[in-house]
Amino acid sequence: MSLLEQEVPGVVMTPDHIRSKKLPWPVDLGIAVVALAVSAAVVYGLGIGNWVLVVVLGVAFYLAGMFAAASRVEGRRSARNRLWKTLIYGACLLAILPLASVVWTLVSKGAARLDGDFFGSSMNNIGARDANGGAYHAIVGTLQQVGIATLMAVPLGVLGAIYLVEYGRGKFALTVRFFVDVMTGIPSIVAGLFILAFWVLIVSPWFNNGTPRFSGFAASLALTVLMLPTIVRSTEEMLRLVPGPLREGAYALGVPQWKTILKVVLPTALPGIVTGIMLAVARAAGETAPVLLVAGGAAAINFDPFSGNQSSLALFVYQQAGDASRYAPDRAWTAALTLVALVLVLTIAAKLLARRNRLS
Amino acid sequence: MAKRIEASNVSSYYGSFKAIDNISMTVEPKTITALIGPSGCGKSTFLRSINRMHEVLPNARIEGRLTIDDQNIYDSDVDVTAVRRMIGMVFQRPNPFPTMSIYENVVAGLKLNGVRKKSLLDDAAEKSLKSANLWDEVKDRLARPGAGLSGGQQQRLCIARTIAVEPQVVLMDEPCSALDPISTLAIEDLMFKLKDRFTIIIVTHNMQQAARVSDKTGFFSIDKTGEPGRLIEYDDTQKIFSNPAEKKTEDYITGRFG
Repeated sequence: MSLLEQEVPGVVMTPDHIRSKKLPWPVDLGIAVVALAVSAAVVYGLGIGNWVLVVVLGVAFYLAGMFAAASRVEGRRSARNRLWKTLIYGACLLAILPLASVVWTLVSKGAARLDGDFFGSSMNNIGARDANGGAYHAIVGTLQQVGIATLMAVPLGVLGAIYLVEYGRGKFALTVRFFVDVMTGIPSIVAGLFILAFWVLIVSPWFNNGTPRFSGFAASLALTVLMLPTIVRSTEEMLRLVPGPLREGAYALGVPQWKTILKVVLPTALPGIVTGIMLAVARAAGETAPVLLVAGGAAAINFDPFSGNQSSLALFVYQQAGDASRYAPDRAWTAALTLVALVLVLTIAAKLLARRNRLS
Repeated sequence: MAKRIEASNVSSYYGSFKAIDNISMTVEPKTITALIGPSGCGKSTFLRSINRMHEVLPNARIEGRLTIDDQNIYDSDVDVTAVRRMIGMVFQRPNPFPTMSIYENVVAGLKLNGVRKKSLLDDAAEKSLKSANLWDEVKDRLARPGAGLSGGQQQRLCIARTIAVEPQVVLMDEPCSALDPISTLAIEDLMFKLKDRFTIIIVTHNMQQAARVSDKTGFFSIDKTGEPGRLIEYDDTQKIFSNPAEKKTEDYITGRFG
């Protein structure tokens, strides 16, 4: 007897059995309701927990009940399919839940100080009893520090990746790639300490009559150290995804290698490269430690990133969240919301600019 | 315009692996030459050696002399990009540039080599697309992405792109293997048309195609896997397919080959 002739419901579809029964959706819903009810009865009846346990137990009951019912009606294979589908959807929901929660918390708590004063003033001369005060200085700091860091890290990172993918052969390229990997793991505080020891304490006195000086630029340097490996690695991956035949197509037209890279390879990989860069920018914008270490933080507005203390949004959040003033937490929440919104806007703008097919 | 190609004792390597051994053949201008043979016998490697595309792969190198109108293209003072502009290539799978429109694809070779003048580019685009039998199908949508065309159209777009830079030799590496019979016919017609202006060398697995289109045919083979490919017989297509001198050629053509 061949496999096709055996009549195992739901396992083998013989030409005579291409239809199968489906569990009707009201039954599915019924099982869910019953499972929740049973779980509520068990939990509250025994007094062993609250609604969270009811949901968890309810889901478990639902899975068991649904699997049993589907096995009976649809057969084991489709029952297993249903089970895994439910689990996968559940996992997806669980993953989105914290994200939605973060956004909700930020918006609901940050809305309190979302006013002109917050975006128009600094924390200069703001005491513990003052309800106003804002993050203007921190926004300026973040934009300048992250902007300068991006200007330094993007060309270096993209060119480095181009070297690794298109030109790098042999030991040197391997070594570079290895150290880029190592750099990926550098904690931000270490990058901050490195710039503190190297730039702030050794180099900056040359420009400041022998006295070390904090500056936003030092923070940019630390952020560059953090952004570089991310950009190199993501760009490298994207360049490797560009099919070889595209390069060969350009070579076969007599196009030199550098021009092939510039006009064919880079445009093809651009959307992915931009995504990688924006991830690095988002990470840099959220860094607190290096800014605290090498830019020092400040309460007043400082437009000059090359001299004097600067603050940043992340640092502002950190300082306000730890401040004893009863008005500080609101400022911290609004600053956090501003930071997230800023990164979101930048990311969307970059994605729009780099849309692959401006043609269609 | 079209040029004579002469290979003498050409051997190509991938690292230490010898892919083709000691190939010598002469291709006359304005003819179509077909290279046939089993997979892995070095036809494509030889083809890629003719416009120095072989060396794009890491560790690939070549020995011997390959001349085009008596200039050795492997001389140390030869500019690779000039060689490739003179000897164009069409690949097995259509590879239009995905970020460019149909128009930009056709003029890519000119534009990337520094031609700026709009009227010149427009003329070249129209002329090449017409030569490639594609103009009527795409003239109303030149600004659409080249990757949006069908497979056969994409391949003709790639041919248009190749002839837009006005090479003297066109190499085709199994240009029809991914295409349906109608597109194949279109490309074969196209090859007859292009024969007036270019020297064409085509690698193909389709023996009917080789018999239909080519003036001369070269049969490549290997003794067994790991051995380098060799040119077994090179003669008029007529002769190869009716009365081959070598037993191996006859076996391959009649389908008795292992």
